[in-house]
Amino acid sequence: MNQVINQGGQEVIGVGRVEGPILVVEGGIDVGYDEVVEIHDSQGQLRRGRILEVGEGMAVVEVFAGTTGLSVDGTRVRFLGGPLHIPVAEEMLGRIFDGLGNPLDGGPQPLTDRYADINGQPINPTARVYPRDFIQTGISAIDGLNTLLRGQKLPLFSGAGMPHDQLAAQIVRQATLGRPAGEASGDSEQFAIVFAAMGVKHDVADFFRHSFTESGALTRVAMFLNLADDPPVERLVTPRAALTLAEYLAFERGMHVLVVLTDMTNYCEALRQISNIRGEVPSRKGYPGYLYSDLASIYERTGRIKTSDGSITQVPILTMPNDDITHPVPDLTGYITEGQIVLGRDLNHNGIYPPITVLPSLSRLMKDGIGAGRTRADHSHLSAQLYAAYAHVMDVRSLASVIGEEELGEVDQQYLKFGRAFEQEFVNQTYTENRTIERTLDIGWKLLSMLPKEELTRVTLEEIEKYYGAGQRDGHASD
Amino acid sequence: MTQQVGTVTWINGPVIRARGSRNVSMLELVEVGEEHLVGEVIGLNGDVITAQVYEETSGMRPGAPVFGTGLPLSVELGPGLLRSIFDGVQRPLPVIEMRLGSFIERGMRLTPLYRKTPWDFTPRVSVGDEVSGGIILGTVPETDALEHRVMVPPDVSGTLTWVAPAGKYTLEDIIAKVRTRSGAERELTMLQRWPVRRLRPYKTRLGQNIPLITGQRVLDTFFPVAKGGAAAIPGGFGSGKTVTQHQIAKWADTEVIVYIGCGERGNEMTEVLQEFPHLVDPRSGRPLMERTVLIANTSNMPVAAREASIYTGITIAEYYRDMGYHVALMADSTSRWAEALREVSGRLEEMPAEEGYPAYLANRLAEFYERAGYVETLNGSKGSVSVVGAVSPPGGDFSEPVTQHTKRFIRCFWALDKALASARHFPSINWLDSYSEYLEDVADWWREEVGKDWYHQRNQAMEILSEESRLSQIVKLVGPDALPDEERLILETARLLREGFLQQSAMDEIDQYSTVQKQIRMLELILHFHQRALRIVKHGAAISVIHNLPSVGTLIRMKTLVPNDQLEKLDDIQKEIDQQMDQLDSEYR
Ligand SMILES: Nc1ncnc2c1ncn2[C@@H]1O[C@H](COP(=O)(O)OP(=O)(O)OP(=O)(O)O)[C@@H](O)[C@H]1O
Ligand SMILES: [Mg+2]
Repeated sequence: MNQVINQGGQEVIGVGRVEGPILVVEGGIDVGYDEVVEIHDSQGQLRRGRILEVGEGMAVVEVFAGTTGLSVDGTRVRFLGGPLHIPVAEEMLGRIFDGLGNPLDGGPQPLTDRYADINGQPINPTARVYPRDFIQTGISAIDGLNTLLRGQKLPLFSGAGMPHDQLAAQIVRQATLGRPAGEASGDSEQFAIVFAAMGVKHDVADFFRHSFTESGALTRVAMFLNLADDPPVERLVTPRAALTLAEYLAFERGMHVLVVLTDMTNYCEALRQISNIRGEVPSRKGYPGYLYSDLASIYERTGRIKTSDGSITQVPILTMPNDDITHPVPDLTGYITEGQIVLGRDLNHNGIYPPITVLPSLSRLMKDGIGAGRTRADHSHLSAQLYAAYAHVMDVRSLASVIGEEELGEVDQQYLKFGRAFEQEFVNQTYTENRTIERTLDIGWKLLSMLPKEELTRVTLEEIEKYYGAGQRDGHASD
Repeated sequence: MTQQVGTVTWINGPVIRARGSRNVSMLELVEVGEEHLVGEVIGLNGDVITAQVYEETSGMRPGAPVFGTGLPLSVELGPGLLRSIFDGVQRPLPVIEMRLGSFIERGMRLTPLYRKTPWDFTPRVSVGDEVSGGIILGTVPETDALEHRVMVPPDVSGTLTWVAPAGKYTLEDIIAKVRTRSGAERELTMLQRWPVRRLRPYKTRLGQNIPLITGQRVLDTFFPVAKGGAAAIPGGFGSGKTVTQHQIAKWADTEVIVYIGCGERGNEMTEVLQEFPHLVDPRSGRPLMERTVLIANTSNMPVAAREASIYTGITIAEYYRDMGYHVALMADSTSRWAEALREVSGRLEEMPAEEGYPAYLANRLAEFYERAGYVETLNGSKGSVSVVGAVSPPGGDFSEPVTQHTKRFIRCFWALDKALASARHFPSINWLDSYSEYLEDVADWWREEVGKDWYHQRNQAMEILSEESRLSQIVKLVGPDALPDEERLILETARLLREGFLQQSAMDEIDQYSTVQKQIRMLELILHFHQRALRIVKHGAAISVIHNLPSVGTLIRMKTLVPNDQLEKLDDIQKEIDQQMDQLDSEYR
């Protein structure tokens, strides 16, 4: 029999059932849905968990660290009477925490009396400020074609073995508030960085730590690490803990925060695991029907609000199982985020870095952050034209693979050349290359000038007049 | 008033069970816990009450009280709806922001419509008049764009014993008294309530033969929806559902717009809120916000309220229809609503049908789309609710249950195409997969109102486009050179149709909206170009001669070069075409 101590229903010795990472506690307990619990095993070791379902005298608990070593009679469960809170403070920048927000760097608990509920609360749409400020990442395929704005959520869709970590690190290192082309970049305001790892390998975490150290950013970074050998269930807390700190920094301390979450696929797998053990009706590929809402509760914690100058920009990373973009994790992510940057195997094989596959990539907020006074007046037409031309390249390539390159018409031959140059000169750059927006746009025009003017129907005649062939004329955009 | 009807025994996310009274009714509004969180009864079994709760249930415990209200979930109807933004159960979001700041906390109980605003009421009836449901008692200038017609509630009829004189009244002031047949006196205010899950009554349904003009060429010219009709716009992520719906909300020729953001992004609602007050309705000359009601249940707001948001929106739409107005309702996205149904159903451990959706999914979809219609209202006027529902199929695969069932209840299908979106062909509505069953129905309207044989021209253009699709299959195998020049001209003209007509940028000042006059003239020009070029090609001109004509570029750019109020410029373009063709005619005879 379970023994209930502390007749407020606060502590129970012995549980009814243990199954996977789930405990079912029975007995005359009086606890609330979604509350946090502390679990002590017979050795007195502490772990934490969360209530997933409550009935009369019954509670279903997910144990973050898993249930290994827990026994039916020897387990002591304390109900803490509220949802999980973590401390939030500016001094958490420069520190490393585990997936639940406990210090992992040997340092002390952050000194603060501000504790915040990790679940956060939805931002009222009337309180939001629509993002409009462009972030210059120095990466042409992003700045030129899929511009990132402050307060945007823009994930990297990648696959195993592709350089998404490098790309994310480069974005973090180079991101500054963009200036219109031609204007000197002012005192570049620096981002605070909140980094959350879910189920990634140690060397990935080390890579990021290294990269932050090298760029001197380490003091501006808070890392929350749940690594591959850490308990999977804990992963469900990690991004929420990270975003709770990010919200505090952005909306209470007025900072610009860049949040990197990696790897969301691992997160979703942990969610699926819990769901399956509970016998819930699955939707696609065994993922629970609420995966969309659950992911939204993470991704929507991004943006700007009227009462603060700060912002949260999210760059989640996910690896697409089998490189399949229709897999539920990238699919539902794409339905929530404000675009996606897609990395492609083929480009990667061809040695293009970053291997950003341009066509399926998208920044939905781009339209409001570019143009005269923000980047340059021709930006929007130029990017539409590059897209259209490159899409045509794809058609020509498949035609060429059937009838042979020699059989192509003259214009289509030019498209093929354009396509190769586009990948080699526009998309391709080095890991340390930081291009200004002006440079990016100029490369774009230089490449378009490889095509006959008549083909350029997405740009205006005035723009053609001004920029077509400009690189050739004054030599400044040629390498 | 509220009274305790039960005690919570079980909580799983938005679903709770309670034990208690057997007198609670199905779909009754209940309040749960000491915080009085709003919920709705969705199951009764003996003394066990199952309810979905419209707010976060974190921390709720078994033993918490459940209070009954005796009423079904209802919305408030009256002046003040326009320009508002509500959550899924009609709480005013700006007031929540005022009280709580930037984040939404639970447990807020607010009246949807502000009670203290004085409205300018002008009566239209007099003492002694016989009135019944729907009869217009008087009018209020709700915004400069719209006259609100204050109606007798559908369930009231009798003789007017008192009518307020013209003047300023709040929603709580009595504006008329009616002696009903039973002899009782009913006091009427400008405020009414209506249960959201029940459709508001009307006299009869009317035929649907007036197109809803959206200013979007691919819609109006190729796949029109009629006023009072229903259209679905399915597409994978990033294919253009929201932008298209925003475009319709901006430019549709209706008096009222109801826009429901159902489980989508917060920023998209913010965008509307920040943009609409500054955009001018081309018809009324007033800011678009003055004709708009927004319902926002973003993806991270409670899921049960997402389910309710659709009904909240459509009930408001019906209310304006009953005044004799045309209303267009946008729901973005109906898939998120269906998923809310699935989530609640899953937590109830109901037997799932396809992909975890409950078996009643099709029924619910049917009920929703059935509320679209062009009707004669109870007061004899004519009004309509047109519904445009976005569908977000997993993986962009249209064979999934929500898309498939939706197709059964709509007559206009705007199929978005990922490949077009990737190539930045916007709106990425695939002209081969889309259809409208309203084509014949609205053809007369074009003839009478625009004076053009739209139907014929539209079909001619469609033929060219389908021919293009057939020919491109061949081109993919053997290259374009293998085709005879007449067929290559088809490809040229199809390109003009695609780039010059179908593609329409939502971000271009001039292009974002085309009047029907501009649309039909543009189409005529392209077809005219085709006819003339055909003759020349038949006389032996190589296709490159046509391809390199300067007027090709002009035709592709005319959408952005010719504003709606300078259509004479299109005549100049026709002259340009004719000149160039005359020249060729003389070369190739
Ligand atoms: N008519 C248009 N003109 C210009 N750009 C467009 C148009 N339609 C769509 N786009 C582009 O496509 C992007 C995605 O469109 P949108 O947000 O409407 O997709 P969606 O189908 O609603 O996606 P989701 O299901 O993820 O919400 C836009 O951000 C915009 O860049
Ligand atoms: Mg959308």
